[in-house]
Amino acid sequence: MDVLDIARWQFGITTVYHFLFVPITIGLTAIVASFETAWVRTNRPEYLRLTKFFGRLFLINFAIGLVTGIVQEFQFGMNWSDYSRFVGDIFGAPLAVEGLLAFFLESTFLGLWIFGWDKLPRGLHAATMWLTHLGTLFSAWFILAANSWMQHPVGYKFNPESGRAELVDFWAVMFNKVQLVTFPHVVLSAYMTAGAFVIGIAGYLYVKKTDDRALYRIAIRWGAWAMFIAGIGVAISGDVQGKIMTDVQPMKMAAAEGLYETESHAPFSVLSVGKLDGSQATTIIKVPGLLSFLATGNFNDEVRGINPLQEEYAATYGDNKLTAADSYKPVIPVTYWSFRFMIGLGLLGALGAFVILLLTRGSAVKKWVATLGILMPLMLVAANSWGWMFTEMGRQPWAVFGLMSTASGVSPGVSVPEALISVVILTLLYAVLAVVEVGLLIKYIKRGAEPFEEPPSVPVGGSNDDNAKLAFAY
Amino acid sequence: MELTTVWFILIAVLWIGYFTLEGFDFGVGMLLPFLAKNEKERRVMYNTIGPVWDGNEVWVLVAGGATFAAFPEWYATLFSGFYLPLLLILVALIVRNLAFDYRGKRDSASWRARWDAAAIFGSYLPAVLWGVAFANIVAGVPINADKEYTGNLFTLLNPFGLLGGLVTMTLFLTHGAMFIALKTEGDIRHRARALAVKLGLVAAVLAVVFLLWTLVKADFEAMAVVFFALAAVSLLAGIFAAWKGREGWAFIGTFVTIAAAVAGLFWVLFPNVMPSTTDAAFSLTTTNAAATAYTLKVMTIVALIFTPIVLIYQGWTYWIFKNRIGTHNIPDPLPEPGDSAPTAKEKAHSA
Repeated sequence: MDVLDIARWQFGITTVYHFLFVPITIGLTAIVASFETAWVRTNRPEYLRLTKFFGRLFLINFAIGLVTGIVQEFQFGMNWSDYSRFVGDIFGAPLAVEGLLAFFLESTFLGLWIFGWDKLPRGLHAATMWLTHLGTLFSAWFILAANSWMQHPVGYKFNPESGRAELVDFWAVMFNKVQLVTFPHVVLSAYMTAGAFVIGIAGYLYVKKTDDRALYRIAIRWGAWAMFIAGIGVAISGDVQGKIMTDVQPMKMAAAEGLYETESHAPFSVLSVGKLDGSQATTIIKVPGLLSFLATGNFNDEVRGINPLQEEYAATYGDNKLTAADSYKPVIPVTYWSFRFMIGLGLLGALGAFVILLLTRGSAVKKWVATLGILMPLMLVAANSWGWMFTEMGRQPWAVFGLMSTASGVSPGVSVPEALISVVILTLLYAVLAVVEVGLLIKYIKRGAEPFEEPPSVPVGGSNDDNAKLAFAY
Repeated sequence: MELTTVWFILIAVLWIGYFTLEGFDFGVGMLLPFLAKNEKERRVMYNTIGPVWDGNEVWVLVAGGATFAAFPEWYATLFSGFYLPLLLILVALIVRNLAFDYRGKRDSASWRARWDAAAIFGSYLPAVLWGVAFANIVAGVPINADKEYTGNLFTLLNPFGLLGGLVTMTLFLTHGAMFIALKTEGDIRHRARALAVKLGLVAAVLAVVFLLWTLVKADFEAMAVVFFALAAVSLLAGIFAAWKGREGWAFIGTFVTIAAAVAGLFWVLFPNVMPSTTDAAFSLTTTNAAATAYTLKVMTIVALIFTPIVLIYQGWTYWIFKNRIGTHNIPDPLPEPGDSAPTAKEKAHSA
């Protein structure tokens, strides 16, 4: 095992792990802020109870999302120093701006939200959660702009003198066509995931807490609406994304189907058996022309295959040190199956949300419907993970498509023992944190929503009663 | 002024922001075993920094991101070179942050004790290691012609580096004690003030030795002397103010001390960003480590617009949470599910 393999494992582990928490954070800030806004406007106690209940679960989740995010920013420099030198002029800017615009906003206003129940008037308190949500959106925008640049570099010029890629058009990077479709796809998936989280937890409590069913029915309905509407958007944006991807990274689309030779009217195999990489697969369910449609929008158009693309890339990129690679194919079984799991679980989730919406219209919800809801968050979290594995592993062997291979981005000065210590420590720590986090979530889910308690009515800065107990304390 | 110089200054400002702000919350974490006499007081200490520590920590994330954007070579050499110390800092920050968020989530003594240990460890380690790292950056480390760091962890643990670590640790301890004195009321406030004076004197001795040593390395360059003298004077003034019971001035004293010391270190560093001890020609400088003029221009515009906004709302948060807190403000922990309401006798026992 060399440093490259270890660094790739670490990036995979830390990124997938981080992204288990991110979508819930993005989506749940919006849902909690909506509950609180509903409470401010209607004064109905249910909404405040839901705000506080899901707010607490959100904080347990957010804590781990935050700390694992710090690792993300550090490890580019630690494990991928040659990558950082090569792209820093372009890639560093969105990261810096993310810190300045997003992280300050999130951390400051979340602190106000957590500790501010007795310091801020109601409307302002609800606004702090909306600002936290805005922070998460800024964060998503800038980090996805950075990632989209790796998928489809734009707005840069290669400078042979400095040997690096240099920024020439910041706006081109901010409004990369890949970014314009990736951002809605990811953010809507986050709303879907948070909707699923709410449905799952409220479904469980609907079954368990029989005396509080009216409350949890509201949450199930809100979650299902969020999930269903966002789900439609995820499907549409995903479809557009597929077509743009075919345009800018044709190998990824070919690898998503295991399409080895260029074909017109290319079929899409829903399920196949045989060799995992699809080179000798027996397709069980096949939809004629569907791959062509997913890739180009036309059932009859040509989709380029893996083999001709491999030849083309070898000829174009083979003799430059930064871009040479043994193979320009990603790992086909991974791209093939992750593409299907992502789409399948996402569609199933949206469909499930639709069914739940239909079946919860009356005030009584059937128990099995509520139980069904418990599956939703697991499905969506898995769909997100598969989606990123497809996007990132489908880009291989590139770190930056057409510009720099992953292999040439690794830190030359880092030793195998150092890299191993890092991946082992972080993985073990992450495993322990997962146990702690799930334990806390279960504890607070089982506890259910607290009874209604009218929060104090206060001016900005809080009351002058020095003896009052803090509304929230560590 | 050249944009590379502007960004060198901005990065110095970000580190000053980080050390002056997170410095006191590191201090609060480090003082947990010494200042709090019981669970209520521990909770008072945690809650003084509750609403603000996360925002304080963002300063280092922005400093890291800004270094990546403005001086990619500096970011790459520093982060891949100081690999294990940074890994340790990451682990420390992770467990420390979670200690704050999770400690009160279970009403169990062993649960709290474990998170206390995490908060304490997670505050000492970075408080020391940042000092070690900065002392080494200023003194120079082995860097080869490819801009790669060629030393290892033990290269950094030299006397000057270790002294730097002790200085940041004792300064942050003092700063934290000043903060506790400023933000609490009751018995703990007075103990914090007394401790701040003692810690401050230890910090002053170590800091003066370290800063003089740095000045020897820098040939007593005039501006560096001014910065370091300001740091020393404000530390002594802060200690005096604490002794006189003027907690606000005392805290401002350590705040200025840290700011002036960091500013002086960056002044000594300039125009290098990472001097090489292998060969001065291999040193990373604001010129050879910088991003392009275009990137720096874009970043400058963004920073000019948004930094004032950040300062305003972060300042506003400090104003919102301006009140002192004491043990009487701490609510009871949430009972564990399944616990029956404690009887009067149990309540008396736990108090």
